[in-house]
Amino acid sequence: MAEPALKDTDMKDSGLFDIVLVVNGTSYALAVPARRLLSDCLRHDLRLTGTHVGCEHGVCGACTVLIDGVAVRSCLMLAVSADNSSITTVEGLAGRDGKLSPVQQAFADCHGLQCGFCTPGFLTTITAALAEDPDPTPEQAREIIGGNLCRCTGYQNIVQAVLRAAELITQTR
Amino acid sequence: MKPPTFGYSRPESVAQAVSLLAARGPDAKVLAGGQSLMPLLNLRLAAPGHLVDINRLAELAYVSVSGGQVTIGALARHNDVLRDPLAVAAQPLLGQALALVAHPVIRNRGTTVGSIVHADPAGEMTAVLALLEGSVRLVSVAGERLASAEDFFLGPLESDVRAGELATEVLLPELPSGAGCAFTEVSRRHGDYAVCGVAALVELGPQGEVSGARAAYLSVGPVPVVLDLTEACGGVSLVSLATAGTPDFAQAGRLAMARLQPGDDIHATAAYRRHLAGVLTERALAGAFAHARERAWLSLP
Ligand SMILES: Cc1cc2nc3c(=O)[nH]c(=O)nc-3n(C[C@H](O)[C@H](O)[C@H](O)COP(=O)(O)OP(=O)(O)OC[C@H]3O[C@@H](n4cnc5c(N)ncnc54)[C@H](O)[C@@H]3O)c2cc1C
Ligand code: FES
Ligand code: FES
Repeated sequence: MAEPALKDTDMKDSGLFDIVLVVNGTSYALAVPARRLLSDCLRHDLRLTGTHVGCEHGVCGACTVLIDGVAVRSCLMLAVSADNSSITTVEGLAGRDGKLSPVQQAFADCHGLQCGFCTPGFLTTITAALAEDPDPTPEQAREIIGGNLCRCTGYQNIVQAVLRAAELITQTR
Repeated sequence: MKPPTFGYSRPESVAQAVSLLAARGPDAKVLAGGQSLMPLLNLRLAAPGHLVDINRLAELAYVSVSGGQVTIGALARHNDVLRDPLAVAAQPLLGQALALVAHPVIRNRGTTVGSIVHADPAGEMTAVLALLEGSVRLVSVAGERLASAEDFFLGPLESDVRAGELATEVLLPELPSGAGCAFTEVSRRHGDYAVCGVAALVELGPQGEVSGARAAYLSVGPVPVVLDLTEACGGVSLVSLATAGTPDFAQAGRLAMARLQPGDDIHATAAYRRHLAGVLTERALAGAFAHARERAWLSLP
């Protein structure tokens, strides 16, 4: 079988890849090496340091972002794989006027954070989950956040915040 | 940590993908959901020379049910499979197992085929393939072949995917009527890899007796282990249930404990694992029996 033609930007043994990422509604053109993690691309190349990096092996959830609306671990994705996708980070959750999103408001209302290191990952994860199902049971609220670690709060207030955010979302409908 | 350097390509078709794999040789690795490979790269436990990213192979993003089989394409994410009502109805073990695989966010990205190819003896989907005697379709520039579950797992994190091959789909039989299944495990926290896990399949005969009982085990050996426990389930039937109240799978639990050879590691001692295997065998068989009974009633005219 003859090797089918592949564009230069789609195959390289070294060097940089030209990619376009739409992050929180703004389009960025970047040149990144294949090994650049999406988490590092956001933090270092785009200086969007709201996305936190805790473990770099998928266990803590701090780096969770939304790619085309789906929550994923940005430490387990290459920036080059995210080419042409639309990404929402914690910086993109509040309104343009700075008004907190329902999930952010619920964290403030329920004291859902202490040091705040884990918070960006919780906010993005919960935002995506409530977009799918805006009325979780307390048990489902726990399942939603089951993959995110927090060393401060003891989780109870975060579970409360999930339920409070659901309330806020259904109220505004 | 950060991954080492590697070349990268993102083919748009299976034909392109396999020719890239052929051209790059044994130093190339497929990148699917990355939920196992990326941690290995970040921890520098793997250093492939070239990654062939299959995330654009939209032609492999499918789950289908036909001809008594559930077929899962290589780009179907765990959550795509879990949320496919036809697939989980045709083979309920899929839904039971996938709910235990990691967390929802990991399942958004990780693929079911990738998890089988990854061949982690603690991974639920390896036990599902082994128990159901499914198969994996492997494609290369030289052609394609179907690997049976029995031959597919070679060792921990080692499956029979040869250099140049892409696993395009996994085939699993539907659950026959009159059969039931269950998956149960013990892990430190919900969503973690299991310290021990058991998937069970129970078939009922015409008198409601257990005519077949098999179980597959996680984390008790280098590859998923399947045991036929039918001989130890002789006393259990729908009729005995009416008098005894609960099915008694204790003998099957003891048989499993006698046959398995779990090892020690930092998570558990061999003795504790053997104990878990016994208890979980009873639970999984009881769950599968109850499931079979429920399905038998549902299918009555
Ligand atoms: C925090 C965390 C917890 C997890 N917990 C669990 C758990 O409890 N149970 C569980 O089973 N899994 C768990 N996983 C792993 C998860 O299920 C992965 O999705 C899965 O193991 C691998 O699938 P992938 O698509 O991500 O494959 P990748 O990571 O992309 O690839 C894994 C390996 O398979 C090869 N490969 C993948 N697809 C193909 C293909 N089509 N053809 C040829 N080779 C291929 C790759 O080259 C690589 O060697 C967890 C992961 C994380 C990060
Ligand atoms: S930094 Fe990505 S999951 Fe911990
Ligand atoms: S608030 Fe400190 S880690 Fe969660």
